[in-house]
Amino acid sequence: MADAPRPPLIDVRGLDVFYGDFQALFGVSLRVEPGEVVTVIGANGAGKSTLLKTIAGQLSARRGEIVLAGTPADRAPAFEMVRRGVALVPEGRRLFSSLSVEENLLIGGQLGRPGPFSLARVYELFPVLYERRRQPAPSLSGGQQQMVAIGRALMSNPTLLLCDELSLGLAPIIVRDIYRSLPAIVGEGLSLIIVEQDIVQALDAASRVYCLQEGRVALEGEARTLTKAAISAAYFGV
Amino acid sequence: MQWANAIVQGVLIGGLYALFAAGLSLIFGVMRLVNIAHGDLIVLAAYLALVVTATLGLDPLTSLIVVVPAMAVIGYALQRLVLNRTLGDDLLPPLLVTFGLSVIIQNGLLELFSADSRKLQAGAIEVQTVEIVSGIWIGLLPLLQFLVAIAIIGGLQLLFYRSAFGRAFRATSDDPSVAELMGLDTRRVFALAMALSLAVVAVAGVFLAVRANFDPAIGPARLIYGFEAVIIGGLGSLWGTLAGGIILGVAQAIGAQIDPGWQVLAGHLVFLAILAVRPQGLFPKVQ
Amino acid sequence: MNRPAASAAAPTATPVRVEHATLSSRIGVAVSALVLVALIAAPYWADRASLRLYGEVFTFVALASLWNLLAGYAGLVSIGQQAFVGFGGYVLFALAMFFGVPPLLAIPLAGVLGAVIAVPVAALMFRLRGHYFAIGTWVMAEVFRLVAAQIGALGGGSGISLPAGIVTGIAASRTMREHVIYWLALALLVAVIAGILVLLRSRYGLALTAIRDNETAARSSGVGVMRIKYLVYVGAAAGTAMIGALIFLTKLRISPDTAFSVNDWTAFVIFITVIGGIGRVEGPIIGTIIFFALRETMSDLGSLYLLMLGAVAILVMLFAPKGLWGLLADRFGWQAFPLERRLMPRR
Repeated sequence: MADAPRPPLIDVRGLDVFYGDFQALFGVSLRVEPGEVVTVIGANGAGKSTLLKTIAGQLSARRGEIVLAGTPADRAPAFEMVRRGVALVPEGRRLFSSLSVEENLLIGGQLGRPGPFSLARVYELFPVLYERRRQPAPSLSGGQQQMVAIGRALMSNPTLLLCDELSLGLAPIIVRDIYRSLPAIVGEGLSLIIVEQDIVQALDAASRVYCLQEGRVALEGEARTLTKAAISAAYFGV
Repeated sequence: MQWANAIVQGVLIGGLYALFAAGLSLIFGVMRLVNIAHGDLIVLAAYLALVVTATLGLDPLTSLIVVVPAMAVIGYALQRLVLNRTLGDDLLPPLLVTFGLSVIIQNGLLELFSADSRKLQAGAIEVQTVEIVSGIWIGLLPLLQFLVAIAIIGGLQLLFYRSAFGRAFRATSDDPSVAELMGLDTRRVFALAMALSLAVVAVAGVFLAVRANFDPAIGPARLIYGFEAVIIGGLGSLWGTLAGGIILGVAQAIGAQIDPGWQVLAGHLVFLAILAVRPQGLFPKVQ
Repeated sequence: MNRPAASAAAPTATPVRVEHATLSSRIGVAVSALVLVALIAAPYWADRASLRLYGEVFTFVALASLWNLLAGYAGLVSIGQQAFVGFGGYVLFALAMFFGVPPLLAIPLAGVLGAVIAVPVAALMFRLRGHYFAIGTWVMAEVFRLVAAQIGALGGGSGISLPAGIVTGIAASRTMREHVIYWLALALLVAVIAGILVLLRSRYGLALTAIRDNETAARSSGVGVMRIKYLVYVGAAAGTAMIGALIFLTKLRISPDTAFSVNDWTAFVIFITVIGGIGRVEGPIIGTIIFFALRETMSDLGSLYLLMLGAVAILVMLFAPKGLWGLLADRFGWQAFPLERRLMPRR
């Protein structure tokens, strides 16, 4: 191949993240290639959400680097990261409760970043939201709210979409529906980092897996080649 | 007839009280901050108008062109430099800092302007009256102020519920950390909200200056009237605040009819009664 | 890796006791005791002006300590305590003038009545939360002021002076009167601080500290937050009313504007506590000393002085929110009073 190897879309190296005196991440490294779907799995408290929040700019790492498309991004606050094309679908949906469905989507797009995702495209992806677009966000079911949260993040036309526990509190059939929308999203050129406790869905959707255990990367590999035993060992630390 | 007149006057001044309250309620809605210096900022605006009219030779209405942007800039700077640092879970810092601000503004004005009573002259319009119903005459100026107050509150409603700006305010109020995920710099959003609040304060201050005598010490009473209007009307609703202001104005007017010394006390008693019997206010926003 | 489960041994509970004192608190208590003895003897070594100044200092330390208890421990930020200061003053005047109660007895009675009126006030005020509670207390004080101005028998809007007969009833000579009032101020201060220390040492105090640190967590641990807040509010009102009674006994004249003045009884008190250190007993003491030291050196600057105080208080709140004592206590671990709690094995 004559071209120089393309840099990863995002390259995270050696992150140490603290909550006050409590260290949540120990030297965590991760990378995502353009167009890739990567999943981060692990037990409760392993540090998965912390990792996503740090990448999104909501938390700052004490040590380590985050390089986004070749430029450093570890000091950038959340509102800056969105401008650079990193959007987070937060754990537990966290929709704006006094806004309607459509207003939630609109505010996701208020930065006006150019890209394939518009209100119309989001409604195409999640038709049920169009019917309910004027309803107050809290009046929707859990699965529908999750769609709004994803749509809201998509409206900022990110290059990297971070999904924190999409399956949280949802019935398996709803979770399947939501995961079915992911290929269309990747098809528009986005890369994904999916944090999940539902390992089956995560391994099915992703090409590469990271497993966190107590703040450290215990396992990394191709989703297809990892054995169940290896994953259990890394997940539970046994 | 005297009673009817009194009640009409009460309604009209209620519009002014609603203006006092609108800025207060806006800030509490967006960032859960109650600005103890709110009333003193209204008085500051009045003195600013005094200076502007004296040095530039403008009439009070035109002075708004200078006073409103000036107060908005003061609000932006105040929030950005001082008040943003106080926001958080603890309620002591914003309360104590705005209390300190109140003392500073009052005493600063005292040093600059002395305790003498002042008033802005609006010219002929001050004495013009209009007969709205047979036998009941009302001042043109109070009527205009009332209509402007309604227009401002209506404008704020439109801004909050029909504009992208307002959407940003509401989102930031719901969940500031997720608002940041939308690309909103909450420090700027809060500063803009304070700028808007002080723009409304500017109008209220000029109206106050034209309508009555003012001196550096009357700020706290304006804060209290605004606060009572918010509580009577119900938290979270701008139209409720208008209703609360009108009810307060009418209560004070009725009290004054019974005995002049009872004017302000009557308002307080109505406030306490609402607090006792319907603490959520008369028209609270149902969440 | 399996960690072995904790062995279910026979419960040999090691008896524990709670240790309150630290080295620094032992020093603090010793120093306080010496200072107290010196202060009790002050009428014999201090001149009249100093005695009056000390009396003023005592009342401010007491007022600030009570405000600190409300705001720094119970999370009740009141900007309306002047309601009870004025109430206490007016009750004293009324009791002395209309019911012939000796002034010295009227002071504790003012406290009792202050507690009584605080109950319905609290019932109304507690319907408001946080910042709105603060403004509500201010409104309440305004109501008290306006009502007082309507009471003709007590001078209405212009106020009233204490009749000479009652004044001479306190003690025979003027010097003796001044000494008595001084000792009363000291006694009230000691009572207030002792009361606060006892409260904080008790399990209510533990609950209060929990509320101060994290109210939601305290509530979910079973602390009866509402009941404690009521108790503290009513108790603080009683104390404040007694201090108010003494203040106006000293001034010999009362009027609605002086009795319910926000500047005198709330602004100064708040600034004192903020600068000295909120949420610690030592804070108001340090703050009052600083306040009066400044006042004596700044002499009569009037509104500029208040302006400066406000600015200092804002700066302290922004950059050193724990106040001067908070900085010292965090840095050096100082404590003037034995309020710490450490579990020690019983020997």
